[in-house]
Amino acid sequence: METEILQTFLSESVELLQEMEDSLLSLENSPNDQDRINSLFRSVHTIKGSSGIVGIESVEKFTHGIENLLSQARDGAIPITGGIIELMLECRDHISSLLEFASAGEAELPAGVAQRDRALTAKVNSLLNGAAAGNEPKEKAQTPKAAGPRPEGDKAETDAWHISLRFGRDVLRNGMDPISFLNYLGKLGEITSLSTLCDAMPAQAEMDPESCYLGFEIDLRSDLDKKAISDVFEFVKDDCAIHILPPHSRIDDYVELIRGLPESDTMLGEILVRGKALTQSELEQALKLQKAGADEDHRGKALIGEIMVNAGMVYPEMVDAALEKQKKNLVAKAREALTIRIDAAKLDVLVNLVGELVISSANMEQHSQRIKDGALMESSSGMLRLVEEIRDSAMKIRMVPIGDTFSRFNRVVRDISRDFGKEIELAVSGGDTELDKTVVEKINDPLMHLVRNAADHGIEKPEARVEAGKPPKGIVRLNAYHDAGSIVIEVSDDGRGLNRGRITEKALNAGLISQGQTLSDRELFGLIFEPGFSTAEEVTKLSGRGVGMDVVKRNIEGLRGTVEVESEDGRGATVRIRLPLTLAIIDGFMVDVDNSFYVIPLDMVVECVELSEADREAANRRSYMNLRGEVLPYIRLREYFSAEGAAASHENVVIVQYAGQKTGLVVDELYGEVQTVIKSLGKVYRDVKGISGATIMGNGRVALIIDVPRLVQTVDAA
Amino acid sequence: MNIDATIEKGACMVRIEGEMTIYNAFDIKRGLGQCLGSAGEIRIDLSQVIEMDTSGVQLLLLAKREARRLKRGLKIVSHSQATRSVYELYNLAHHFEDLGA
Repeated sequence: METEILQTFLSESVELLQEMEDSLLSLENSPNDQDRINSLFRSVHTIKGSSGIVGIESVEKFTHGIENLLSQARDGAIPITGGIIELMLECRDHISSLLEFASAGEAELPAGVAQRDRALTAKVNSLLNGAAAGNEPKEKAQTPKAAGPRPEGDKAETDAWHISLRFGRDVLRNGMDPISFLNYLGKLGEITSLSTLCDAMPAQAEMDPESCYLGFEIDLRSDLDKKAISDVFEFVKDDCAIHILPPHSRIDDYVELIRGLPESDTMLGEILVRGKALTQSELEQALKLQKAGADEDHRGKALIGEIMVNAGMVYPEMVDAALEKQKKNLVAKAREALTIRIDAAKLDVLVNLVGELVISSANMEQHSQRIKDGALMESSSGMLRLVEEIRDSAMKIRMVPIGDTFSRFNRVVRDISRDFGKEIELAVSGGDTELDKTVVEKINDPLMHLVRNAADHGIEKPEARVEAGKPPKGIVRLNAYHDAGSIVIEVSDDGRGLNRGRITEKALNAGLISQGQTLSDRELFGLIFEPGFSTAEEVTKLSGRGVGMDVVKRNIEGLRGTVEVESEDGRGATVRIRLPLTLAIIDGFMVDVDNSFYVIPLDMVVECVELSEADREAANRRSYMNLRGEVLPYIRLREYFSAEGAAASHENVVIVQYAGQKTGLVVDELYGEVQTVIKSLGKVYRDVKGISGATIMGNGRVALIIDVPRLVQTVDAA
Repeated sequence: MNIDATIEKGACMVRIEGEMTIYNAFDIKRGLGQCLGSAGEIRIDLSQVIEMDTSGVQLLLLAKREARRLKRGLKIVSHSQATRSVYELYNLAHHFEDLGA
């Protein structure tokens, strides 16, 4: 049970840390985005809270200071600067490593980590102390960066604390009375204004006299700090909505408060006055205008916000923010309700079972066709249809958009551009393209590698770019799209491109090519995926690509995918990865070669033709045929798999297309469409070329699945 | 606590005595509700209230709102020290007292 909680916590914190990173990166562009600051604070707050619950002290202790810092940033006491974002990112990484140690069950932190812990904590504390020493938050918050276009208008005039209270329904029943809290508050300072709100109280019939429906907006002049004031409400803080704004809070904070208040839109103006964003006389004028407007066109009171904006009394962003927030909340809530978290292992079991179901229902179908009982055939084909639907939806459950993976690279690109003094933008498109979850997980590392390469070696320094007539800011592009049963992921950059000369030289040295051999671009660039290229450090320095590209290629091939590079000198390079959509079940096209069954993935099949007598006669001399005036290379599977029997009297050609290239596969007989559950071949058969797996047919026989990409490459190489 | 309502000169006169707290909130709500159900103006006498808490204030706010909805007059004709101090704290004095004048 305990480990279960820990697991949930760990997977949750991965998400929270990602959120934290996203918030930080977006704050880098707009340091005043209050929503982002809030969500940043929430992430840290949740990590701290739940690490306390599961008993990971190192994290709880470390996050405490950060939480304080962010809480002050939220209140506007500490401006969000580049330095703070940098520090927070370091802290984020540190939390991540602390969590790793905690999950590994290591009680003692390694010396290096412990030292970093102390260093970061000291930095955070010095910022906190700095804020406390500078104390006057209004001075602090008004750094040039934090100040908006209206430095004068950014701050409320009031020198009082603003406290907004909405008591919980059960406060009275629990033996507490707001009266005593307000009395006590009155002793801490001078209550300069207090408004009692009873808008939450329902009509007489529904009103429960023992429930509390009251809310209060209070302005308090006091020398106490925020903690002392919030401590007043210690006993009710769990079931009350309490917002406390320090004196001279930024207008943004008041906007935030308005967003948080449950009262209706028509209360907006009055609340603004209570929040001291407006003076009473400004509000009165607005109310007058509103009345006049309502008489004119009966558009009603809801327009108060608009009227106040038109009259120049509130900034439009304050009203917009209030309305927009409500919309966002609705969307977020709707999404929350629509997703559930499932253990991936359970899903795998389901997919496996569905696979078995597909096989046995195909078996059933064959038997029923043999028996030729009309009713049986009807119900069996009905069942087959349903099983197909189940299969499709089971596979869809496993599909996740690749966008989340893409957005993780923001940080990588950012760090590289900072470390190497480059300007790089990451442009992401096709983020909602879906693919199998297992594939997404496994593609992460190779992609990371490629993005890093593109940013590190592909994109030049700003000066060099300007010299080459390009904008100083380089672009690394991530793109994903579906293409004929596979998904294509592209990592491209507009940097210097691959250096042909260096690659040729390196390949010669490594003995991958021989002197005088001329290679096409595709062949040449393909060399960077060769193992010989990976360890050579000078390649990295001089020409760029090459570090660990063989690993990238191996990972991708492990997913039954392929990878290729395109490059244009001085204009950039594109690495294109093709992956199968799913790993478990495919629609196949069954053929027969020498009484053995083979399955060709259906989405790669373009058409089938009969191999003409003329072509058969010429087969010994050449391995291509004339397809309506087009040259079509083909492979005789009979020869390829060294089948021994004599050639059949008729042969057929299945034309497949992969990565834009058509190839014919010569087979004996065509059987048509089948559903195929891929069973992976054992380790022994891993290196058998041309076969990617096997499947069990309805009649219990085994059919081999043709590895079209590899076969097509064979033709290429020949 | 004691709540009684009499019809005096076409107005409903409600007299509350003792405590107006959560312990008798249901009874007070029922009593005020009955008054609102009858005809004519409503006058509330709180001079004998020795203690009032938030539930009491809420019921007065509810009664006022309901009376306004029904377009009926509602006046609190006299107050006690206990009730006054609560509306002063809640900054509702103008809300209740100006009508009592």
